[in-house]
Order: sequence, then structure tokens, then C-alpha cells
Amino acid sequence: MKMTGGDAILRCLEAEGVEVMFGIPGGAIMPTYDAMARGTTVRHVLARHEQGAGHMAQGYARASGRVGVAIATSGPGATNLVTPIADAWMDSTPLVCITGQVRTPLIGTDAFQECDITGITLPIVKHSWLVQDVEELAAAIKAAFHVARTGRCGPVLVDVPRDIQETVFEFAYPETVELPGWRPPTKVHPLQSREAAKAIALARKPVLYVGGGTLNGDACEELLELAEAGTLPVITTLMGKSAFPETHELHFGWPGMHGPKWSNLAMNTCDVLVAVGARFDDRVTGKLSAFAPGATVIHLDVDPAEISKLRTADIPVVGPLRAALAALTPEIARHRDEGVPAPEPWLDQIRAWREEFPLKYGEDGGWLKPQRVLERLQSLTAGTDVVVTTGVGQHQMWAMQYLLSETPRSFITSGGLGTMGYGIPAAVGAKAARPEATVVCVDGDGCFQMTAQELVTAVVEELPIVVVLINNGYLGMVTQWQDMFFDGRRSHVHLTPDVPNYALLAEAYGGVGMVVTNEEELDTALAEALTASRTVVVDCRVDPAEQCFPMVPTGAAAVDMIEFEPSVVEEEARAS
Amino acid sequence: MKHTLSVTVEDKPGALNRITTMFARRGFNIDSLAVGPTERPGVSCITLRVDCSRHTLEQIEKQIHKLVNVLRVTELQPGEAVERELLVVRIAAPADRRAELVTTAQALGARLLDVGRDAVVMELAGTPEELDGFHQLCEPYGIVDLVRTGRVGVPRASAERRVPRRLAAIR
Repeated sequence: MKMTGGDAILRCLEAEGVEVMFGIPGGAIMPTYDAMARGTTVRHVLARHEQGAGHMAQGYARASGRVGVAIATSGPGATNLVTPIADAWMDSTPLVCITGQVRTPLIGTDAFQECDITGITLPIVKHSWLVQDVEELAAAIKAAFHVARTGRCGPVLVDVPRDIQETVFEFAYPETVELPGWRPPTKVHPLQSREAAKAIALARKPVLYVGGGTLNGDACEELLELAEAGTLPVITTLMGKSAFPETHELHFGWPGMHGPKWSNLAMNTCDVLVAVGARFDDRVTGKLSAFAPGATVIHLDVDPAEISKLRTADIPVVGPLRAALAALTPEIARHRDEGVPAPEPWLDQIRAWREEFPLKYGEDGGWLKPQRVLERLQSLTAGTDVVVTTGVGQHQMWAMQYLLSETPRSFITSGGLGTMGYGIPAAVGAKAARPEATVVCVDGDGCFQMTAQELVTAVVEELPIVVVLINNGYLGMVTQWQDMFFDGRRSHVHLTPDVPNYALLAEAYGGVGMVVTNEEELDTALAEALTASRTVVVDCRVDPAEQCFPMVPTGAAAVDMIEFEPSVVEEEARAS
Repeated sequence: MKHTLSVTVEDKPGALNRITTMFARRGFNIDSLAVGPTERPGVSCITLRVDCSRHTLEQIEKQIHKLVNVLRVTELQPGEAVERELLVVRIAAPADRRAELVTTAQALGARLLDVGRDAVVMELAGTPEELDGFHQLCEPYGIVDLVRTGRVGVPRASAERRVPRRLAAIR
């Protein structure tokens, strides 16, 4: 069928089963937006900033398990997508970005809104295409979706010059992808699984260290079956959070810099550490040479390059995690049937640690405690269909510690890149993916102002979200570091809790604003917000002196955690 | 320790750039690099010389292998491969010593390419070690310009036709 390149882009998206794309039009992508005006089954959500569009596509991808699609114009439109692309690269989120480019004869001439976006994004994409011939357009988009979602998921970019979008050609969507160099593993080596299963079954102190790859690999059911078959304790990383039901008796918290002490003790004193789609990130391991010193490491990953990148794997299992985990379960069940005992004493030990080193926070003063907000949010959302997104900082760590995710893909956060401002647009994207769910963005006041304009998108596009704002008037995590490691010298971290007036701002954006200053108001406000079916910002004015504990200082071993200590400078903090 | 990697890639725009960007981003160093066509149309070969530990080499191989345009990564093992490099040099040899230079150079297998009033141009193709020796030989005569291509190589004639070497982690 004859059509323009712009129409062809939409036919490609439709053929890929894309339901929604997030974007903003501009000069170099106008022929494609013109094609949208002619009609498409793909819903377009109009963001207010391309960074917002990118994070929405990420939130959509993480909530749905499908590929997220963001679309933007050339130059600044494209560079505004760089942060979401880098974020998707670090967290392995399947993302297809389509950008307009200046006309092919103008490429390289510093034309208006020209930038080399394929060059700029080269180190942060799995692959990218600059389409220079309309005949290659459909194959490039087909390949882009294939690369984004196969093997280890991640972002790809297709840059389409404006004249290519305008060219009329005979369109046919290719049935197959021709990428002779792209061959991610599709099978697991049986010898590797057998060896791994034996080591896990015989372990006296095993730990399943579960990362985001488990969610990306759609392997959560297989993980649950494995853990239950072997009676194996599960610790989920920030990116792995929600891969395993956190109300399950075999779930034992989250590792790393702000993980509970009992989780870190379990991780670091285990005898067999099974990394499942996890990558030994420095925020998890602390000092790498001191991490889990006595453990035999079994590493399951679809990406061979992660094996022994940071920690040498004694038994590598390369392949899709569903297959890898599914292969282990019957083997381990067989060992248990043959009388190899479940590691009950080890589970008792971790439970004892959990009793001994619970999460703690200050109860002093009349201040609303941020942890209290999250405890109440947990209590009010337990058992309901809720998806949580976060920004980055103290509130994110408290959300990790106090919210218990029960179903896969219900906790969406920026882990690797640590992108402040991720929460609100990711929530909008998650709502587009899961309209029946209540989508809550736990945000900080610093993060909020980085992407707050997307509240407009939530309102106008009827994708209502609840923002629970942990407002302490500070760039809280930086403040905490300055207090703990820079002798309390506060340097440019004070934001003020009441400028802007967040509740009024929410109203200005067309949503509902609430202010909570004490515990009495908290439950009412949260309950109202959660059932409002409108975009609501609950501005929780929390104790500015509260710090996030426990904490592994940078460069320290994960077992050498600083447990709760009352803030040394709290009076000053509260006074300002 | 130095290693030679032979990387076959689809001849697509940016293929080399993706490899060098990956090296830069991951903090790996390239000693030398040579790119050219192969026996297969549409397929190029990039020969990389790297100085790193065995562990880093495995990382490099695996990271290169993940690139979409890369078809094959093989290490040319010392002793199991024939490796060659080309050196071209312009030397301002004084007239009275020129004959001596040319004779010695030709004894090493170098060829005289051009002769001018004030200089001569010579080339030598050989192993990198032979080139090092030739370079030293030329030094006292007054080198004006010297360029080397970076090494290229293939497995020895006696080697069996190679199947793509499996990544260390999959072995």
C-alpha cells in the first residue's frame, strides 16, 4: 500500500501492538503527527516536556511488561529524551524512542534544531538507527522493537529525517527481523542448571538475591515456585522489588545502602548466593571485596556480560530467567524429596536478626515522621490493586523499606541512574498501562519540582495519580550526607517546604491539593486521595531532621551499617 | 598483557563508532586498531590490540559481542595466528649514508618506495616486532614521518576452520 513515511511509522506501531505512545510534536516530526491526525489506533498522550514523555513510556513499560514508546522532534526534543534513555539503559527498561531529524540534505549543516541524537545517545542505547532511505524505515522500526525486548531489555532509538516521513512509498511491514549479529541466549545449558541446583539444594545458608531482571524476564512465578520448592529466603533489590510477594514468609527485605540490617546480614553471611537477574551494583554490595565473603556465587542472567563483571560467578547460568529458574525447581524439589533438608535453622537465624535489628525511626516531638506516612500508606493500600512509583532520595528509600509490594510490576523506580523527577511521569505512564489500578507516586519535594508539569498531563489525559509528597523542605539525601560526612556543613540543600505552595500548585494544574501536618490529618487525607479518582497531591509536611537509616557509608562493607541514630543537627534543621 | 581481537562486523554506518564508544565508556584502552573489508561482501573486520588482564579481556569480548552489528569476536592467540603490520617511513638520510641505509633496510625486507633530493620513503610489512626493529634501525638516519597501520591477522594455515568461539561464561 502506498503511503508516506509518517503514516508508515504509525502502521508499524500498530503492527507491533502498541496501544499508547507518549510525546510532543515539533518541526521535524510534524509529518508523523500529521499522519496521526489522519488516524491511528495508537493513543497519543501529550506530555508537557519530552523528559516527561520518556519517563511515562518507561512507567508504562515497567507497569505493563510491554515496550514503551516515546516520540519527539529533533534537536531539543530529542536531547530532552536523553535522561529517560539513560535511565532505561541503566534499569534495562524496554523503550523505543522515535525522533524527528532535519531533512537528509541538511544533516551535518547545523540546520535549525539539528543535533546528532544517534551520536549523543550512542553509549546509552542497545542500538539506534538513522533512517536515510524510506525503504529501510519499516525494517528499522521492526528491528527496534525486537532489540528493545529481547535478551536484556533496554532502550533503542530510531531517528527519522523529516523528508523520509514525507516520502510516499509502497509500505509493507516485514515479517522477520534481519539482524545477523543479534543473537541473545534463548536456552539454558542443562549442565549449568544441574550444577546450580545441586549447590542451592545442599546449601545450609542460601539466599536468593533477586534483581530487576526477574521482572523484565517475566519470571516472577518461576521465582516463587523455586523459593517455595527449596524453602529459600528471598531478598529483592530496589529494582527487583515486587518480583516476589513481600508479605510472603520467605521474603526477607532488601539489600544494600539503606536495606535493613537483617537483609544485609543474610546477604553477606550466606554460603550460597544466587543472583537472579541482579548485577552486584555498588549500592547493593558496599565494599565489593568485603561483600558476601564466604559465599559460592551462582549467577543467573540473560546477559552474559554481567557474569563475573564485578563478582566472579562460581556457577554461571546464562539464559532467559524463566527457563533458568524453571529448570532449577524440579531439581531442587528432587533433592528435598531425597532428604536434603530445607535450611530451617538459617531462616530462624534471619528471623532472629529481623527481631534484633528492626527498622527504627524517631518518635520524638510533634513532627509528622516520613516513615509514618509510608506506614499508613502501606496499611491503607494493603491488598488493593496499587502501583507505586517514586522519585529518588530519602523518600525512595523509605518507600522501599515500608511499602510491601505484593504483585509483580507494582513498584516502579529509578534505580541505576537515580533520576530525580522520575516519579510523576512514570506514574502517568503506569496509569496508562493499568487504568484499573490506583497509581501512587511517592515523591520528595526536590523531585516534585523537576517534572511537576506532568500533573497537567495526568489531569488533561484523564490518567489520575496520587502524589504523596514527602515534603521536608530539603534535598533530603544530600542533606543527610552533608550532616554525616561533611561535618554538617549544609551547602545549598534548603528548598523551603512552603514555596511553592504544593497544594495550590496541584489545584492550578487542575488537580486536588491537600496539606497534612500531623498524624491525625494523615489517614483522612490519604484515604480521600486514594479513592478520589482524581489527580491529588497530598503535601505531607514531615520532620526535616529525620534521616534514612540504616545506612552503609560509601566504601564500607555492607555489614558495617550505621543503625538508627538521632540527627545531630536536628534542632538547626527544624529551625530553618 | 597484550591481546589481539578480531571482530567481524556488518558494514553499517556507525559500526566502528559503536565499538570505540564502548571502549571509551567502559574505560578500556585500545593500543592499535585496523579496519578493512573481508572476503564477505558487507562484512568488515576490525582488528584491535588491547593491553589488559584476562578478566578484562573477557569483559571486552562480551561487551563487544552484545553490539547489534557485531557478528563474531575471536581472540587471535599468540602462536596460533599470523599477524602483520605495515610501516611507512620518510627518512632524511644524508646523501653519504643513504646507500648504507637502503642496503641494510632491504636486507630486512623493506622496500624503497620513493627517492627525493633530501629524503627517501620506505615500507616494511612484517610482524610488529620486525617493525620495531626496523624503526630502531632507521632512527639514527633521521626519521621525518613514520606511520604504522596497526596489526591485522588471521589464524595459522594449519588451524581448523573456526567456529565462533563461545563466550567464557557459556562454556
